[in-house]
Amino acid sequence: MRHGKYPFVIGFLFAPVALYVTFVIWPYAQAFQISMTNWRGLSAPQWVGFDNYRRLLDDGAFWKAVQHHGVLLLALPLITIAIALFFAFLLNVGGKSSGGQRQGVWGAKFYRVVFFFPQVLAVAIIAVLFQMVYRPNESGLINGVLMKFGLEPILFLVKPNLALWSIIAVLVWQAVGFYVVLFSAGMASIPGEIYEAAEMDGASKVTLFFRVTLPLLWDTLQVAWVYLGIAAFDAFAIVAVLSVDGGGPDGATTVLAMEIYRNAFVYSKYGYASAMGVALFFLTLTFAALTLRLTKRESVEY
Amino acid sequence: MSITPEHPAALDRRTVLRRAAAVGMLATPAIGLLGACATSSNDGDNEQVAGGTKSEKNPLGVKEDAAIEVVIFNGGYGEKYATDVHEPLYKKAFPKAEVKHQATQAVSTVLQPRFASGNPPEFVNNSGEKLMDFGALVADGQLQDLTELWDAPSVDDPTKKVRDTVVPGTIEAGSFNGKPYVLYYVSTVFGIWYSGKLFKDNGWAPAKNWEEFIALLTAIKAKGITPYGYAGANAAYYQWNVILTHAAKIGGVDVLKNIDNLEDGAWQQDAVKQAATAWAEVGAKFSDKSFEGLKHTDVQLRQNQYKVALYPSGDWLEGEQKKDTPAGFDYQLMPVPSMSASDKLPATALRATAGEGYFVSAKSKNPKGGLEYMRQMLSKEGAKGFTEVVKAPTVVPAGSEGFAFPPGVASSQAALKAAGQDVFNLYFDGWYKELDTEARTATNELMFGRINADAFVERIQKRADAIKKDSSVAKFKR
Repeated sequence: MRHGKYPFVIGFLFAPVALYVTFVIWPYAQAFQISMTNWRGLSAPQWVGFDNYRRLLDDGAFWKAVQHHGVLLLALPLITIAIALFFAFLLNVGGKSSGGQRQGVWGAKFYRVVFFFPQVLAVAIIAVLFQMVYRPNESGLINGVLMKFGLEPILFLVKPNLALWSIIAVLVWQAVGFYVVLFSAGMASIPGEIYEAAEMDGASKVTLFFRVTLPLLWDTLQVAWVYLGIAAFDAFAIVAVLSVDGGGPDGATTVLAMEIYRNAFVYSKYGYASAMGVALFFLTLTFAALTLRLTKRESVEY
Repeated sequence: MSITPEHPAALDRRTVLRRAAAVGMLATPAIGLLGACATSSNDGDNEQVAGGTKSEKNPLGVKEDAAIEVVIFNGGYGEKYATDVHEPLYKKAFPKAEVKHQATQAVSTVLQPRFASGNPPEFVNNSGEKLMDFGALVADGQLQDLTELWDAPSVDDPTKKVRDTVVPGTIEAGSFNGKPYVLYYVSTVFGIWYSGKLFKDNGWAPAKNWEEFIALLTAIKAKGITPYGYAGANAAYYQWNVILTHAAKIGGVDVLKNIDNLEDGAWQQDAVKQAATAWAEVGAKFSDKSFEGLKHTDVQLRQNQYKVALYPSGDWLEGEQKKDTPAGFDYQLMPVPSMSASDKLPATALRATAGEGYFVSAKSKNPKGGLEYMRQMLSKEGAKGFTEVVKAPTVVPAGSEGFAFPPGVASSQAALKAAGQDVFNLYFDGWYKELDTEARTATNELMFGRINADAFVERIQKRADAIKKDSSVAKFKR
């Protein structure tokens, strides 16, 4: 059986690995190289060493973006996972049990589809939709209603301390559906007998959730956390389309990808933008490594 | 032959998920892909074609059968003027030459890779939101020096040089450190726009000085109409344009020259501070806070609905709003009002320039053909055809003669005439994009009441100083 295995495997791997190296690894390596130059996108780049990185240290916009990633990193996974878990619990085990089988609330199948809708829409479309939702005058979805009741409109994307949270709300809205489905799948694989046994011992729904569902879902949660954390390092499309003045007001919603885009494609500072890209790369890497390490614990086998 | 994993248990669902997460992590900073647009090969394999014989019909010595590629920004002016007017003119002059036409809405997306690989098109209309940075192009030697074109005899009158057929200031507008590289083709006048009908119905008159202006705004406000507004979400530069125009009227044109030349303390000049203070008051008392979250098209539409009275813009506004403008709206322009009697420039002074940039790529196959294409554009027939198609005046006065412009452009042309010699322009936004960004942000902060005039000038000055010190940014002077 072992005979001829490696040539076979290598034969299969060659094409995908070659593609991956050409289109993913190599551009990454190039970004490192470009970040050490003052390339402006046209003629040959000049080597400037760590100049771009030194410049990063006192770039206010860069640090503001990093700070926003900090907020996103805490808020986005926490809120999304909390909401998604709640919904998934209701959809799967929140209803009555019939014939010893736990069931979701009435209409669960329908809700599951509805929750998944945002996932199907392109991010740019979501951003445009929310422009309508957040519009600060009588033609906005929310403010139109408020103004009908004679209330002052809420300037969602304009108030510096509200703008970032308005953006986060969109990100959460968009992400929840996917995690409801992910957690549902996880919950479906938890054996019914465990619930049954717990219920017989008189566990309430709250206890069921915290003592049975949550521990048995740990691996899935961990994956969700890493995914959402990575999403928190992106957020570019929503910020670029939705925010005022490209990450404004006055940089109140800017993210690293936005600054990279601006430096590269507006200021033509490709070298400096690449340095930011490299910084983002290491931030993401550190986050993922930390998360995988910190959440490592024995999973319950059943 | 069946291949089984050595440890089947290792491939349960969770491991797969976890591994997928690890892979996802690697694939995320997609922006790292930036580097994909390779930095190598700039020399390219671009053999330039040999010149043709110079003659009276062909003063630039274009090779008669050499192809030329034309890239047009398909925006407010469309592409019809190129396909229906200018390209046929070139074909007529050189029947053997092939004219390749391409239109795009994202110039840099389409052309950046072509410049990077050393194979740029001959003629480019570099405009729109995604235009390529002129400063960077010049600094990299990508643009053809247009001196030869300006000194060539014009199409209509061989005794007249091309430079003498265009309005004064055209060549300067496209010059970098004194060398002409860009042809700005469309005559553009900036000011504050209002509806002639709305003003007539209410008996309002355009304001000449600041006192009149405040009185006008107060009267409009009493009517329940938002007196003044610009779109903060994406068009804050319409407003810094007003503030700087005002500053130039107060302190003279040198105020703007100092700003463009990155002189120390240029933004902190008294005239700029005065103008910023005055306009901050307008923002606080006579505008609407929600405009900061609106796009230019939203605010322009509100003006068409008679919900906003005054809106700052250039004279492309009327054409841009054509399909939303109600009948009888009657766009009219008033110059930014004066501050007081001690202003250095008269009330009629205004900012006007040539807009819509075109260039010839120095490293293209047939740069002479590109220059000749421009010469054809600047002929009377070329200019006239352009004006007829897009309803905007060009920098060739002979082309607009006798053309009946719609009311808005007619009023801006009249204002331009009334201004006489007191016409000025500014350049820093095209030279230093970063400074433009900072000015936009600061303008929103000022106009929507988060900072005062002192903080406004201070923060822009800080960025200007940083750019001045930044050795990686090419500097320009005028």
